[in-house]
Amino acid sequence: MTTLISDLFTRFPYASFESKGNEYSLTVPPEKLYETASILKKNELVSFDFLCDIIGMDYGDSLGLIYRLNASAYPAYTLALKTSTGERENPRIDSVIDLWDSADLYEREAHDFLGIVFTGNPDMRRLFLRQDWKGYPLRKDYDASPEANPIPLENEKIEDMETLPVIDLNSDRKIEPEKLFEAGEYVVNFGPQHPATHGVLHLRVALDGEIITKIDPNFGYIHRGIEKMCEAYTYPQMLHLTDRMDYVSGPINRHGLCLAIEKGLELEVPERAQYIRTIIDELSRIASHLLGWGCMAMDMGSITAFVYGMRDREKIMDIIEETCGGRLMANYNVIGGVMADIHPDFQKKVKDFIPYMRKMLKEHHLLFTGNPIARGRMDGVGYLSKEKAISLGATGPTGRASGWRNDIRKIEPYAAYGKVAFDEMLREDGMTFDRYIIRLDEIKESLHIIEQLIDTIPEGAYAAKTKAIIRVPEGEYFSRVENARGEFGVYINSRGDKYPYRVKFRSPSMTLVNTLKAIAVGTKVADLIMLGGSLDYVVPCIDR
Amino acid sequence: MEVKDIFIRNMKTEDFNENEYLEEYLKELRANGVNIAIAKLDELINWGRSNSVWPLTFATSCCGIEFMCLGAARYDFARFGWEVTRNSPRQADVVFCCGTIVHKMAPVLKRLYDQMAEPKYVMAFGSCAIGGGPFKKSYHTVMGVDQIIPVDVYVPGCPPRPDAMIYGMMQLARKIKLQEFFSLSERDVADRAHRMEAVAIGASENSQTEEKGGEQ
Repeated sequence: MTTLISDLFTRFPYASFESKGNEYSLTVPPEKLYETASILKKNELVSFDFLCDIIGMDYGDSLGLIYRLNASAYPAYTLALKTSTGERENPRIDSVIDLWDSADLYEREAHDFLGIVFTGNPDMRRLFLRQDWKGYPLRKDYDASPEANPIPLENEKIEDMETLPVIDLNSDRKIEPEKLFEAGEYVVNFGPQHPATHGVLHLRVALDGEIITKIDPNFGYIHRGIEKMCEAYTYPQMLHLTDRMDYVSGPINRHGLCLAIEKGLELEVPERAQYIRTIIDELSRIASHLLGWGCMAMDMGSITAFVYGMRDREKIMDIIEETCGGRLMANYNVIGGVMADIHPDFQKKVKDFIPYMRKMLKEHHLLFTGNPIARGRMDGVGYLSKEKAISLGATGPTGRASGWRNDIRKIEPYAAYGKVAFDEMLREDGMTFDRYIIRLDEIKESLHIIEQLIDTIPEGAYAAKTKAIIRVPEGEYFSRVENARGEFGVYINSRGDKYPYRVKFRSPSMTLVNTLKAIAVGTKVADLIMLGGSLDYVVPCIDR
Repeated sequence: MEVKDIFIRNMKTEDFNENEYLEEYLKELRANGVNIAIAKLDELINWGRSNSVWPLTFATSCCGIEFMCLGAARYDFARFGWEVTRNSPRQADVVFCCGTIVHKMAPVLKRLYDQMAEPKYVMAFGSCAIGGGPFKKSYHTVMGVDQIIPVDVYVPGCPPRPDAMIYGMMQLARKIKLQEFFSLSERDVADRAHRMEAVAIGASENSQTEEKGGEQ
């Protein structure tokens, strides 16, 4: 792989390279960005076909972008393609929307936060903030005073939502603004407050009869500006914000952030803490999948399944509460380990839970999986091919249901995952039923992981000693963990201070909504809710 | 009716906190005396109303998951007659405001509240809904729903446990039991209008609307 990459890099004489372990970085001038990205995607040596994230940066004197690329054939290696432009008034970068399907929302996000315009992307509306919002919040000179942007009293205008702003390349030419929907199209609003959208997601759906022709997701109804807030917080202070992003798998997110900071500090985490972290992660994965399963079943009209799922989830909540102190918000991981040692009853309760959950899983299958009505709705609906899944960046169970091996626990074993034997659940068909059943299979596999660890938790400290004031050395740190929904990535840019310079979270749910946009076209409107349930996105994680 | 006479099933009056607030509220309501015949009828109606409050499902983030737990098997708020969650504001009596409200969501919440029929109540669940909570430093968070709509009961926590939510609901039931249904249209609405005015003044102070600028 290393020779392949160095071979590939010889094609970019204008670029500068760096490498650190499995992480490569490539810096190019902005006018060469599209050319480089195109070669990286389309070459015959290593095709970087998965665009993991686009990180917008404000370096102070210039604005920059970092494209995190992965090759699905060599998932352990990551490439950061960097570019920056000194233009702050009118920054323009070429769009890569035709190379990766996931680029669409990422570019809109960078535009929303930093005001970078992507030439070639026809949809340059703001993604999270209202279209009439003043300023770009992630710029360092942003005016955050409430006077600049008072609480709005009126809803956003529909015209604002569906008019694509015109980017005039030649300012003397007047162009008519483009509409997202045509005049005669029948548009239905789903949300922003609708119980089946799994949070406050606003979907605008164009229909032909009851067939969906186009979906336009509208985010930002729970955008809290977590990334900007992190810049004003010290490292231990910002940990609690990650629990509140994807709240159903909060401990895993927090684990990801702790890993990134520990990488920066080069801190050795005690083995006991690693075991405890792994067990808590797997417990919350089970809790999350149970909730996802129950909600998907409820979206299809089976309230019984929801009640069953929540009943079993309460058992996990009890275990987590006893050890961590919180039910939903565990607030358990800290830099260098965990907050407190496990409760004396922890091992016993977990060991009681494993056979109970196995028994209940059989009941869940009996109740819902074999149900002819459920099968009739799920089979053959919402096909997602492997290539499309990679291009959309649909990581996690969704991608694995289409046959894409993307489990970070296998690719880059963190914590105690390297010490246990478990299988990466994989299915080939990519239908709604596969996305449904893979979650129940993953619960079984998680129980298997916990079973191997629970009796062998080593003695020792539960957290490494850290300094009172934590200063992360200057540099850039990436980490990624396998969230219940997919790859949760953390990027920290530190300037050696006790506050981070920039923090970016890669939300797995954002690409899942993009996936919904792709797979729901052509299906019936009644299936939209079920498809959303099968992707199991969490909206506050998207909005951050 | 005295505050100590309010009968809430499964919980004694002395176990409740915040009795002073209710006593003051009662004093305010009874300032002009009570019609005895109507008062008895009020008690009967309020008994019915307080035991079948229909919530509007309005969950924006984390607290919504605890709200789901509240509806599921273990905590089961159907025991108190609150289980008929409505998705239309026109059929709901109380907004369960679970989660952070941000700038983009604020007009949506205001509109939902305006669409509800009187008598209507608002419960703010969790620190975000009370005062911004952990997102106090954010540029996009509304620092508490009481900046947009009047709130009847605040339930602190991040997120509050389902038990705390049940306690908050019982507090609202006590408040409902004190009210005079027949004269509600005059007095309670006036009270609400007064509070709304306070909210509007607060909002205009924050945003310095054109109106205020015109006065100067």
